[in-house]
Amino acid sequence: MQSYRIKKINFTDVFMWVVGAALLLLIVVGSFLTLQEEKYTAVQWFDLAVFGLAQGSVYALIALGYTLVYGILRMINFAHSEIFMSGAFIGYFAASSMQKSGFMQENPLLGILITFFVAMTTSTVLAVLLERIAYRPLRGAPRLVPLITAIGASFFLQYVFRGLFGTHNRAYPEIEIIKGTVPISGDFQIQKIQIVVILAAALMMALLVLFVQYTKTGKAMRAVSEDKAVAALMGIDVDKIIVNTFALGAALAGAAGVLYCFMFRIVTFYMGFIPGIKAFTAAVLGGIGNPAGAMLGGLFLGIFESLGPTLFLDGLGIPAPYQLKDVIAFTMLVMVLIFRPTGILGERLSKTKA
Amino acid sequence: MSLLSIENIHTYYGNIHALKGISLHIEKGEIVTLIGGNGAGKTTTLRTISGLLTPREGTIRLNGEDLSKYKAHEVVYKGISMVPEGRGVFARLTVTENLEMGAYSRKDTAEINRNMERVFSLFPRLKERRTQVSGTLSGGEQQMLATGRALMANPSVLLMDEPSMGLAPVLVELIFDIIQQINKEGTTILLVEQNALMALGIASRGYVMQTGQIVLSDTAEKLKADPTVQKAYLGME
Repeated sequence: MQSYRIKKINFTDVFMWVVGAALLLLIVVGSFLTLQEEKYTAVQWFDLAVFGLAQGSVYALIALGYTLVYGILRMINFAHSEIFMSGAFIGYFAASSMQKSGFMQENPLLGILITFFVAMTTSTVLAVLLERIAYRPLRGAPRLVPLITAIGASFFLQYVFRGLFGTHNRAYPEIEIIKGTVPISGDFQIQKIQIVVILAAALMMALLVLFVQYTKTGKAMRAVSEDKAVAALMGIDVDKIIVNTFALGAALAGAAGVLYCFMFRIVTFYMGFIPGIKAFTAAVLGGIGNPAGAMLGGLFLGIFESLGPTLFLDGLGIPAPYQLKDVIAFTMLVMVLIFRPTGILGERLSKTKA
Repeated sequence: MSLLSIENIHTYYGNIHALKGISLHIEKGEIVTLIGGNGAGKTTTLRTISGLLTPREGTIRLNGEDLSKYKAHEVVYKGISMVPEGRGVFARLTVTENLEMGAYSRKDTAEINRNMERVFSLFPRLKERRTQVSGTLSGGEQQMLATGRALMANPSVLLMDEPSMGLAPVLVELIFDIIQQINKEGTTILLVEQNALMALGIASRGYVMQTGQIVLSDTAEKLKADPTVQKAYLGME
C-alpha cells in the first residue's frame, strides 16, 4: 500500500497532502486555543454534542435511503431529499390539523404516531411512484441518465409542493408532551425533543438492521445488491425487491422528516435540500452502499457539524463560527473523498467491484 | 413427451444473432451435455432456458408448458434452476444464507430444511462452513455452494454451466461424482462443459455446438468415438 502510493506520487498528491495537513493543523490549533480560552462551559459543550447527536440521527435516517438504493442500483437517488420533504410536509398537515382540533393535546402519543404514519406513508407512496414512473423505464440506460432524471424529479417534486402550498415558511405545531428538558445532573439537561429524536431514530435503525439481516426480503435485498442476474435465477423478483428498497428508504426519510420538524419546527418546499445533501455526504462519508456506514457517517457528521465550528474556529478569533458549519461539513466531505474515496467503512464495496 | 424440449430458438444480444435455431430435448432422468468451443453459444443457450435472455423466436417447453415468455425468476417456480457460470455465489452472504436464497421459491419450511440436510450430506464441507461468509470460501467450495444452492429449489431440471471451470482436477472429479449422484437421486441435468471428455463420460447424450448452432447430436458413446469430435474437443488426433 505504502510503496504503491510512493510510486504514483505527483504534484497534485503532494499538494493535497499539504492542504490536508494544514487543515488538520488548523483543527488542532483551533481546538487548543478554544479550549484554553475556557469561554464555553462543559454544559454548553454537552448541549452541542447532544444536539449534534440528534441532528446526526436524522442525517443517518435519510442517509440510509441513499445508501440502500445505491447498494442495489448503483444510482444516487437525488430526489430522496424531496421524498424527505414531502413526508415532512404532509406530516405537518396532519400534525397541525390535529393540533387545531385539540386531538394532539388530548392524545399526544397517538397524535405523534399518526403524524409519523402519515409522513412515512406519503414518502413511501411517492418513492414507489417515482421508481415506477421515472427510474424503472431507464434501467439499463447509461448511469448518467437516471442521475439526471433523479435531479429532474427532485425539482419536479419541489415545485409541485411550491405550486400547491406556496413559498412561505410554516411553523410546525409545538407538541406539549415533547416540550421542555429533562435534567441529567447538576446543570446538565437534555431537551425532550432531542431524546425523542435520538431514541426514535435508533429504534428505526435497529429495526432496519434486523430486517435486512434476518428477513427473507432483507436477505434477498442483499443478494440483489450483489448480483441481479443470479438473484433472479434464485426466483427473486428483482423489480419487486428494488421497489421494496425504495419504499424502505422512503419510510425512513418520512420518519426523518417528522423528527427534523420536531427539532427545527419549520416547513417549506425547499427544506429537503440541505438535509438531503448533508445525508448524502454522510452516506459517502460512511462508504456509500453500506448501511452501517450511512448510520455511522450520519452520526459523525451531525456531531462534527455541531461541535466543529465552535471547537475549531472560535479560538482562531473567527466571529460567528456557527455560520460556517456547512463549510466545515463539506470541507470534510472533500477531504474524505480525496484521502479515502471509499468512505469510512467502504472496503466491502470496493471488494465487490474487484 | 420430453421433460424439456427446445424448438428452434433464436436469441440475440442486441443485433448479434447468438443462437441460430437451437433445438434439443432432454428426457426425464438423463444427463445431457452441451459441448463446444468458446463463443459457440452454450452459455447463451442455458441463459435462454433459464429466462435471463428472451428468445426472439422458438419455444422452450417443460412438461409441455411453454416457458419462453416467463422471466428468469418465474422459471425457477416452474422447476428449472441453474448453477451459473463462474458460480455466482453471493460473496457477502453466509453459506446458509446463500442456500436459503436458493430456496427462495419454496414456501414449505419442512421441505426447505430437508433440502438443506440433503445439500449438507452431499457437501459435508458446506456444513462445516455454514456460518462463514461465502466470499471467503475456496473456488471448489464455492462451486459446491452454487450447486447446493441450485438444488435448494428442488428443480426437475438442473442447468449447470461449466462446473469444472478453474478447479483442481481432484475437485473436478468430486464435482462430477456429485453430479452423477444428484442425477441418480432423480434430477435431470443439462451440463455445459469445456471439459468435453469428462462431460461425455457421465452424460447419456450430447450435443455439439458451433457458432450458435447445433452441429452434431448423438449418444455420449458415439460422440466420444466420432473423429471430428475427438479432434476438435477431446484433443485427440
